Amino acid sequence: MSHFAIIAVSILFDGLAYAMFLFITSVGLSVTMGLMGFVNLAHGAFAMAGGYVVVSLTRSYGIDFVPSLLIAGVVIGLISIRFERRLYRQLYKATDLEQVLLTIGLAFMAIAAFTYFYGPIPKSVPLPDWLQGDVNLGFRSFPSYRAFLIAVGAVLIAVLWYAFEKTNVGAKIRAAVDNRRMAESVGINVDLLFTLTFALGSALAAMGGGLAIQLFGLTPSFAVLYLVLFLIVVAVGGMGSLKGTLLAALAIGIIDTAGKYAFPVAGNLFIYAITAIVLLIKPTGFFGRE
Amino acid sequence: MTAALQVENLHRSFGALHVTRDVNLTLQRGARCALIGPNGAGKTTLINLITGVIRPSSGTVSLNGEDITQLSQADRARRGLARTFQINQLFRGLSVLENICMAIGERDGHNNNLWRSAGAKREVIDEALDHLESLNMVDDALHLVRNLAYGRQRLVEIAIALAQKPRVLLLDEPAAGVPSSESHLILDVVAGLDPDIAVLIIEHDMDVVFRFAKEITVLVQGAVFTQGTPDDIMNNADVRAVYLGEEGHDAARRGGQHG
Amino acid sequence: MSDNKPQTPATQAGNEARLRAMDYLVRRHYFRWAEALPWLIAIALFFILPNRMTFGGQVLIMIMFALSLDLILGYAGIVTLGHAAFFGIGAYTVALASMLAGWSEPISGLIAGGLVAGLVGAIAGWFILRYRGLTLLMLTIAFAAMLQESGNLRSDITGGYDGLPGLMFDPLFGHFQYDLYGHTNYWYVLGVLAIIFYFVRRITYSPFGQALTGIRENVRRMHAIGSPVHRRLVTVYAISAAIAGIAGGLFTQTNAYVTLTVFDFDSSAKVMVMLILGGTGRLYGPFLGAAVYMILEDYLAKLSPTFWQLGIGLLLVLVVLFARRGLLGLAEDIRGYFGRKARASSTPRRLVWKPEHWKALAISALDGGIIGFVAGFATNMKQAALMLSFVTDLPTRAILFTLGGAVIAAAINAIYLLLTSRTAVEEQAS
Repeated sequence: MSHFAIIAVSILFDGLAYAMFLFITSVGLSVTMGLMGFVNLAHGAFAMAGGYVVVSLTRSYGIDFVPSLLIAGVVIGLISIRFERRLYRQLYKATDLEQVLLTIGLAFMAIAAFTYFYGPIPKSVPLPDWLQGDVNLGFRSFPSYRAFLIAVGAVLIAVLWYAFEKTNVGAKIRAAVDNRRMAESVGINVDLLFTLTFALGSALAAMGGGLAIQLFGLTPSFAVLYLVLFLIVVAVGGMGSLKGTLLAALAIGIIDTAGKYAFPVAGNLFIYAITAIVLLIKPTGFFGRE
Repeated sequence: MTAALQVENLHRSFGALHVTRDVNLTLQRGARCALIGPNGAGKTTLINLITGVIRPSSGTVSLNGEDITQLSQADRARRGLARTFQINQLFRGLSVLENICMAIGERDGHNNNLWRSAGAKREVIDEALDHLESLNMVDDALHLVRNLAYGRQRLVEIAIALAQKPRVLLLDEPAAGVPSSESHLILDVVAGLDPDIAVLIIEHDMDVVFRFAKEITVLVQGAVFTQGTPDDIMNNADVRAVYLGEEGHDAARRGGQHG
Repeated sequence: MSDNKPQTPATQAGNEARLRAMDYLVRRHYFRWAEALPWLIAIALFFILPNRMTFGGQVLIMIMFALSLDLILGYAGIVTLGHAAFFGIGAYTVALASMLAGWSEPISGLIAGGLVAGLVGAIAGWFILRYRGLTLLMLTIAFAAMLQESGNLRSDITGGYDGLPGLMFDPLFGHFQYDLYGHTNYWYVLGVLAIIFYFVRRITYSPFGQALTGIRENVRRMHAIGSPVHRRLVTVYAISAAIAGIAGGLFTQTNAYVTLTVFDFDSSAKVMVMLILGGTGRLYGPFLGAAVYMILEDYLAKLSPTFWQLGIGLLLVLVVLFARRGLLGLAEDIRGYFGRKARASSTPRRLVWKPEHWKALAISALDGGIIGFVAGFATNMKQAALMLSFVTDLPTRAILFTLGGAVIAAAINAIYLLLTSRTAVEEQAS
């Protein structure tokens, strides 16, 4: 195998793992934004909180990494319901600006609170043996953790796909994203639907946060550090579109990995340039509704 | 004589959905035309096509003989095409007077001026007050629009359009949502419009339509079902079957919503 | 046309209303004495706190930056999280002109900074101002981030995140040297701010400014009455960018130093917070907002950066929930409330406790319990620092924290309800 091909495969592999993280964390944001047009800048804070739940569960309570991830998802998902009911609900009809301010305020508060409890130093998480080391794929070995991340992503995509396309609730969500008024007039309880997707989205974000610890380390500023990236995935993919979010996550994950490999000094320039170009050509993103 | 507004073979589809099909419509100067049709017939879409909010898939719109199909909404408005909205589109945080001044300022190009004070143009304010006076609304001049009763807001909606000094005026259900005890105020204004302005009105109340309109266009599923004088329409059995029957049903449903 | 009507009492009343309305619009832009207040305070502070003038200059620069944002956000309703782009362009124009071209005359450098930022603003605005909502928000973020990343790509010129230190600028008007205490600089920045403010004030009271308000209030109607909305937005965006650029230029000249952090997302967010805090669309919001923010930051951030971040987050949430028009708006509301209260003081007031209040209390207890539980859950990472550290048994801690949170939240809500349910009776009575 040529040198070039090996590099290409490595980039593809790392890019794919990165894309899966982006997808898992952003998909909830995309659907809730598509449903209510709510600009939720605190989404990253839910992911960060999920990460810290995983840290606490594994380090202080001695629970394994994978069950910790699931518990974190459930806990953050449930807590997010209260946020949605008490705070977000009041601002559905408010302007973008007010939503931006409220949620960025929540993100700041979350960062401060978690800095207080956990300190500003990056946290890591103990992994089980089978997630450490490399996995050999014949021509090359890859880090097991990234392979695990890709597998988790693939499973979640399949599950979400099924839930979105084949189930009754999924059909209702799609209808409400498409035309909220119409959905309401045929008796779909969009409020309840929103609470549901909000909780599910936050739960996924929390799991994404937990999964990201091994990749980037976890600090409280995770809440805003990757927020712009999540927003980019949502905007480029098109609000409320599962397909779009996946495509955008893949595009950004792989192109960013390739760009950082080829031109390390350029940083995130590629991502921002792609975002600007896509949005200028198609302001609603790949699969957003007009 | 060139028509004030001429719509030819106008067509618009969203994917497989044809919301406007091959519509032809002519408004002479001073015309009083009503556009009726069941809910979802594409009446508001037609107005949006004429005013340039959305672009047609094919067909042309001409204003006083000039093809305006490719012009922006704003360019059409500056050529004398004004409209009102079915759902109020007002500057809710501004006073009634400022709402009117806004339209005059845009019409005469004052709003390009970013140095002189807005209050320095007394003639603009004077004209705005004249418009309000003709609607008996001078007392409300300094009230914020959002604090007005809904019926008064509907009047502001019309007042803004009139302040544009339009040659063609499109009224989208001017009395929609107004309690019947107040709707006569609005309909009086509509009845008393300058006879030089060509008016196209969308209205659900058949009494109003038959009283006001000289010509009626019936729109069904995006296409012109029939056109004619009020008498023609009233005596047209097909219209009764397709439209008036539904209208009765409609009115009952709307009554249920409001009641 | 009204002149020909007979003068009945009704039309006389109408004429009075007419005159009143005319008078209001004609006089609206007249200078009010209260408007002198911020300037008098700024001048007085120079004599009261002469050794804090370096900080004072920074506050004035942020006021100018927030003022530029007010023009597009408060008046035209353009929501941007990338306004630092133009602040940064101005800052770097001045810095690079001095470093590369030896152009160190401050005033012309400042004008150059404003012009470059304004030009870039016009070009960027032409592209991005067709959109609103999330798309516009993302485009503004992406634009500022792209500038920052490009700057980092050429860190040989821009100095990257380490910055360009030791920039030199000529004495002001060839005469006034910059001093260690920032005295010259304070007057310089104050003077520039006064000129900029005069421009902005004229613009906001002009018909153009009115049209911007119209775009903010209802863009669909603006299209329908023939307003060239895109051109208006690009114009004001360029003006705002130029002002932000001038503020950035002053920032460079004041510090004789600049780094790529001027393009930070944080910087864009911060200026927006200042503006919102003061109140948008009312010209003096930036003064109050930037001053309050900077002073609080100066004190609290030194005390504890974490505490400051919590405070600013809480402040934002409270402003959005309870004082959407900022501190200036809040001041008006309070004045109005006491005005009403004074008038209504004779009406009897009673407390009514409704069944749904119990439900509200229960929900508050639930929320407080959740917060308490989370806190209890998290504190074992840092037990020693917190109260209840003597309880080392984890389940007991969790229960105690949960109950404590529930009781505190319910108590807060009970107080709130006791206050507001009184008002409800008052309204019923009147």
